[in-house]
Amino acid sequence: MAVTKHGEGTSRGKATARTEATARTEATAVIDRAGLDALIKTLTADGRTVIGPTVRDGAVTLAELDSADALPWGWGTELDAGHYRLVRRTDGAGFAHSSGPQSWKTFLHPQREKLWSAERGPDGALTVRDERGEQPSYAFLGVRPCDLRAIAIQDRVLAGGRFADDGYQERRRGALLIAAECTEPGATCFCVSMQGGPAADAGFDLALTEVISDLGHRFFVRVGSEEGARLLAAVPHEVADMDTEARARGGVSLARDRMGRAMPPVDLRTLLGASPESERWDDLASRCLTCGNCTMVCPTCFCTTTEEVTDLTGDHAERWQRWDSCFDLDFSYVHGGAVRTSARSRHRQWLTHKLSTWHDQFGSSGCVGCGRCVTWCPVGIDLTQEVAALAAEREGADDE
Amino acid sequence: MNTPQRALPKLAVVKLASCDGCQLTLLNCEDELLALAGQVEIAHFLEASSVVRPGPYDLTLVEGSVTTADDALRIRRIRAESRHLVTIGACATAGGIQALRNFADVDEFRRTVYARPDYIDTLATSTPVSAHVDVDFELRGCPIDRGQLLEVITAYLAGRKPDIPDHSVCFDCKRRRTVCVTVAHGTPCLGPVTHAGCGAICPAYGRGCYGCFGPGRSANLPALIPLLRRDGMDEAAVERFLRTFNAAAFDEAAFDEEPRS
Ligand code: SF4
Ligand code: SF4
Ligand code: SF4
Repeated sequence: MAVTKHGEGTSRGKATARTEATARTEATAVIDRAGLDALIKTLTADGRTVIGPTVRDGAVTLAELDSADALPWGWGTELDAGHYRLVRRTDGAGFAHSSGPQSWKTFLHPQREKLWSAERGPDGALTVRDERGEQPSYAFLGVRPCDLRAIAIQDRVLAGGRFADDGYQERRRGALLIAAECTEPGATCFCVSMQGGPAADAGFDLALTEVISDLGHRFFVRVGSEEGARLLAAVPHEVADMDTEARARGGVSLARDRMGRAMPPVDLRTLLGASPESERWDDLASRCLTCGNCTMVCPTCFCTTTEEVTDLTGDHAERWQRWDSCFDLDFSYVHGGAVRTSARSRHRQWLTHKLSTWHDQFGSSGCVGCGRCVTWCPVGIDLTQEVAALAAEREGADDE
Repeated sequence: MNTPQRALPKLAVVKLASCDGCQLTLLNCEDELLALAGQVEIAHFLEASSVVRPGPYDLTLVEGSVTTADDALRIRRIRAESRHLVTIGACATAGGIQALRNFADVDEFRRTVYARPDYIDTLATSTPVSAHVDVDFELRGCPIDRGQLLEVITAYLAGRKPDIPDHSVCFDCKRRRTVCVTVAHGTPCLGPVTHAGCGAICPAYGRGCYGCFGPGRSANLPALIPLLRRDGMDEAAVERFLRTFNAAAFDEAAFDEEPRS
């Protein structure tokens, strides 16, 4: 099946030019499982750290891959609010799972990062050293379309504004994204109702769609950038045949209608903006554990705090950045105490920022409908239901 | 740099009713002990030396709960001798496992367990140090975490607030990429209502958190109990689950009628 010789290295451009080609004009191809393995090996030989889905501790987690064998072949997921189970699939699919406990921010925006250190010399003089160091050059394999959109959102937050995060920017610039389109949306997925969908539309280097039929187990490939084209050229692939392409595009388009959930079709920005006094928040607060899982698993939540570390002598100090969450009481600590002490105010802050004020701040919604916060909330709080309740309450109020 | 003439802050480590495990955490700081000895004068620490220097002390670490009338007097004396008083461990911060007596009849225990009940002089309850005197900082855990203890001491020496987050164990689970045992396996876990600090050790080994750091400041225990029941615990099992090292504190969090702040 090899048309091109495997092993021609792809050069790693700094800023990859991403072609915003439409589905009709872009380059396409087909690779099989061996081709996928060659892809991973090529990327690794190129000095990249390849991250992709793999089964660990009863879930599909994201981890470094050294071969395609580590992918979750034959595993699917059974999801619900507060519920996640791996289930066996008979078709051997490797990308038929969703809403894992991690997102790519685990790598692009790590939970803890050393920023700088300072040393006090014998003469009392301070030497400050930048500690960010060289960032890994990642290749992400299996990025879902919702996660492509989530990465684009974090780009606007962490690399787009006046206060860019250097570490994020560098990791992001060096990262190659191989998308996996969805043909098996999970029961907690609702990307379609968040103006997304199961097809990868932009921001990828290559997009794969898994196709399994009596003609074999293969991947329809769409090229999204020059870097992606170079990578594809380096691995065994074939010209896309009509059957594979039709099954791939058909599968993705059917998935649009198979979303497990839907956000109510209301103007979320206005609704949340108009609901600070809603009674629903009290009901929500009685159920919410304020454990923070929702923000940790959310692929767009970006908040961090700084951590000052000193040693016993006080001559050595370090500054670290670590994930924080609006569910942490100390998150809103200002002189004298926390501003958002009640669970009601903290949950309201999260949902209002995510769905409403995010627009004012970053020009889009902060939710892509990946469903992670629904799945990984221990008590199964489901934002689509909360929004429906807020909308119903608002409607009731308007009717009066 | 320190000049040799500078008087070092005096450190005291004292205990009330406890197992000594928390103070031993200080001795377990092997790599840092020498550095610590260079920064403080260890004036009172019976686990390390029988030499006791008189107070007042700059920093006093108190382990253990108040279970006797004598303890109650002693903790007042200790407070009076200490500029900065930090309680360490579940006993000192929440009454410890011995607070199980708070839910039972101590006289009955005395009669059943001891051949000579009249030898036993004890209070009916085991209470945290903070129920008796003002405490400057409470460090949780059964036992406490080594790194957190060093952070408390280091922060004290630097004159800053210790960086001891008060959020749930779930934060640490997610940060260390542990798959949630409740969501993915249906295992009962107290992590969502428990104060972080251990680094989420138990879930990392596939078992539920059993709350040795006690309830966090914003723990919503009533919301978690139905989940424990769903995952196979009957009422008695839930009670046992909550009544371990921080029995009294979890009890308060579970049955407190006050609205949460
Ligand atoms: S919504 Fe769920 S995950 Fe989020 S803080 Fe509340 S209980 Fe935790
Ligand atoms: S809010 Fe929930 S559904 Fe929306 S992007 Fe975040 S984790 Fe996904
Ligand atoms: S395993 Fe326990 S502590 Fe960890 S995230 Fe799940 S509920 Fe929270």
